[in-house]
Amino acid sequence: MSDALLTLEGVHTHIGRYHILQGVDLVVPRGGFTILLGRNGAGKTTTLRTIMGLWRASQGTIRFAGADVTARPTPDIASAGIAYVPENMSIFSGLTVRENLVLAARAGPLQAGKLERIFSLFPALERFYGLAAGALSGGQKQMLSIARALIEPRDLILIDEPTKGLAPAIVTNMIRAFREVKKAGATVLLVEQNFMAARMLGDTVAVMDDGRIVHHGAMAELAADHALQHRLLGLHLDTHQ
Amino acid sequence: MTDAAAPGKEEVRVGAAPIDWIPIVLTATVALAALPLVGSFSTWVTLTVAGLAMGMMIFIMASGLTLVFGLMDVINFGHGVFISVGAYVSLLVLWPLSGWVNSPSVALNVGVFLLCILLSMAATGLFGWAFERVIVRPVYGQHLKQILVTMGGLIVVEQLIHVFWGPSPITIALPESFRGAIALGPGMVAERYRLIAVAVGLVVLIAMLVILNRTRIGLLVRAGVENPEMVEALGYHIRRLFVGVFVAGSALAGLGGVLWGFYQQTLTAGMGLQVLVLIFIVVIIGGLGSIGGCFIGSLLVALVANYTAFLEPKIALVSNIGLMLIVLLWRPRGLYPVAGH
Ligand SMILES: Nc1ncnc2c1ncn2[C@@H]1O[C@H](COP(=O)(O)OP(=O)(O)OP(=O)(O)O)[C@@H](O)[C@H]1O
Ligand SMILES: [Mg+2]
Repeated sequence: MSDALLTLEGVHTHIGRYHILQGVDLVVPRGGFTILLGRNGAGKTTTLRTIMGLWRASQGTIRFAGADVTARPTPDIASAGIAYVPENMSIFSGLTVRENLVLAARAGPLQAGKLERIFSLFPALERFYGLAAGALSGGQKQMLSIARALIEPRDLILIDEPTKGLAPAIVTNMIRAFREVKKAGATVLLVEQNFMAARMLGDTVAVMDDGRIVHHGAMAELAADHALQHRLLGLHLDTHQ
Repeated sequence: MTDAAAPGKEEVRVGAAPIDWIPIVLTATVALAALPLVGSFSTWVTLTVAGLAMGMMIFIMASGLTLVFGLMDVINFGHGVFISVGAYVSLLVLWPLSGWVNSPSVALNVGVFLLCILLSMAATGLFGWAFERVIVRPVYGQHLKQILVTMGGLIVVEQLIHVFWGPSPITIALPESFRGAIALGPGMVAERYRLIAVAVGLVVLIAMLVILNRTRIGLLVRAGVENPEMVEALGYHIRRLFVGVFVAGSALAGLGGVLWGFYQQTLTAGMGLQVLVLIFIVVIIGGLGSIGGCFIGSLLVALVANYTAFLEPKIALVSNIGLMLIVLLWRPRGLYPVAGH
C-alpha cells in the first residue's frame, strides 16, 4: 500500500435524504486494475461518482496522487488526471465519434498516433469516425466511452460496468482491449459484475456491500478461495450447486 | 509522448449527422398550402416575406433562451426584458443622431442602424452578465424559484424603463432608405425593412452554425446541452461556458429588440414580455436546446401567425398555441429533440 494513487478514508455520501456510502475505505495502488465488486445497489456507482465529485462526500477524505480532492469541483478532479467512463456511457449522441474524441482530448487537436492506438483497440470507431455517435450500437458506444478515457494519458481511469448488457463476443473484445491498456501500465478502478472478466483483469479487488467495503485484497486470493467467493458474492450457489 | 508527428489537420467538420428534413419540408408545405387559401399570389408573397422577417427576428431572440435552457436547465422569464432594454438603448443612438436617420445617405442610415445594434448588444450583454450573477445564479436547479425570480427581475426592469424613459410608448422612425417597399416582380412588393430583417437573421444563423459546428466552444455547447455532467467529467467548467452563453443570448435578445422595435416603430417597456410568449412556444416547438429546431420553429410559428392573421383574424391569437399542441402530439419533445431533454 505504499504507492497508493487514490485513497478513500471513511467516505460518506448522502443522496437527498438517503445515506448511501457509509464509510468507504478504499486504496487503489498505482499501476494495474483494481476491481470493485458487489451486488446491485451496493454503492459502486455512487463510489465512482463521489470520487469524480459528481456527488459530494458528506464526510471523509479522498486523496488523489497525494492531494486532497474531496471538495474540488468535478472539472478540476478530471484535470488532475482522472478519467471517467460512467455506467450509462454518456457519449454525446448528437456529436460525431470524432467530435466526442476531440472533446475528450482536451489538449488541443487530436494526434494521429493517439488515434491509431484507439483504432487498433476498437476498429469499429475508425469505421464510424464521421458518424453521429447516437447511431452506434450499444457495444460501440461503450467502446467510444472507453476511448474517450484513453485518448489522453490519464493517471487513473474509473470504469463502471463496461460489459453490462453486451454480447459475449463483444465482452471478449473488450477484455482484450483492457489487457492492452493494462500492458501499457495504466491504473484502472473497474466496477465489474462479471466475475470471469474481473478475475482475468484484476490485480486487486475490493468488495462492497451496503455502502461499505467489506473485503479488500489480491484478486488471486479471492479467485482461489471458493468459500470466500460464496460468502462475499454468493457465487458458489450459481456455479457449484 | 511521441505523437507529435501528425500535422495539425484537425478541424471540426459539420454535418456528419444526417439532417432531419421532415420539419423543413413541413414548413415549406405549410407555406405552399397557404397559397390557394390566400388566393392572390402577390398577397401570398407579402405575407410570406412578413412571416420570414418575423420568424428571423423571433429566432434571434429565442436562440439564446433555448441554449440557456438546454445547457443549465434554467427557465429564464427575464429573457423578455433584454428585448425591451435592447430596443430602448437604441434610443440613445437614435435621438442624438436623428440627422443620420433622416439623411438620404444610405451610408449614414446603415451607420446609425449598426451603431444601434452594437450599443444595444453591448448593453444587453453586460446586463445579461449581471442578471445571471445576481438573479439566476442563486436559484440553480429550482424551477419554481427560477420562474418567480426571473419574472420578478423582468417586472423590476420594466419599471426601471418607465423611470428612465417614461411610461408612454415611444415612436421611432426607420432610417430613411430602409423605408418603403421594393418591387420583386409584377404586382409583387416587399417592404425593404422586412428584407433587411431576413438578411440580419441569416447572418446570425450562419454565424451561430459556424460557431456551434466548427469551434471547440461550439462543440462544448452542443455537448453540454446534451449532457452537462459528462462535459464536467471531461474537465471543462460548464459554469463558465454557461455564463458565456447567457451573455451571448442576452446580447442576441438585445439585437432582436432593436430589430423588433424598428419593425413595430413603437417601443413599450412591455414589448419584450409580449414576444416572450411566442419565444417560449418556439423554444418548445423546436426542441429544448436545439438551434436548428429553434430556427425552423420560428419560421413555422411566424408564417402560421401571418397566414392566419390574414385568413381568419379571429383565430390568429390561438393559432400558435394550436400549432404547438399539434407539433407536440406529433413529436412530444419538439421538432428536433436533443438527447438528454
Ligand atoms: N439518484 C439517486 N437517488 C436516490 N437513491 C439513489 C440514487 N442513485 C443511487 N441511489 C441508491 O443508492 C444505492 C447505491 O446505488 P449505486 O448505483 O451506487 O449501486 P451499484 O452498486 O452501482 O448498483 P448496480 O450494480 O445496480 O449498478 C442504491 O440503493 C440506489 O437505490
Ligand atoms: Mg452501478
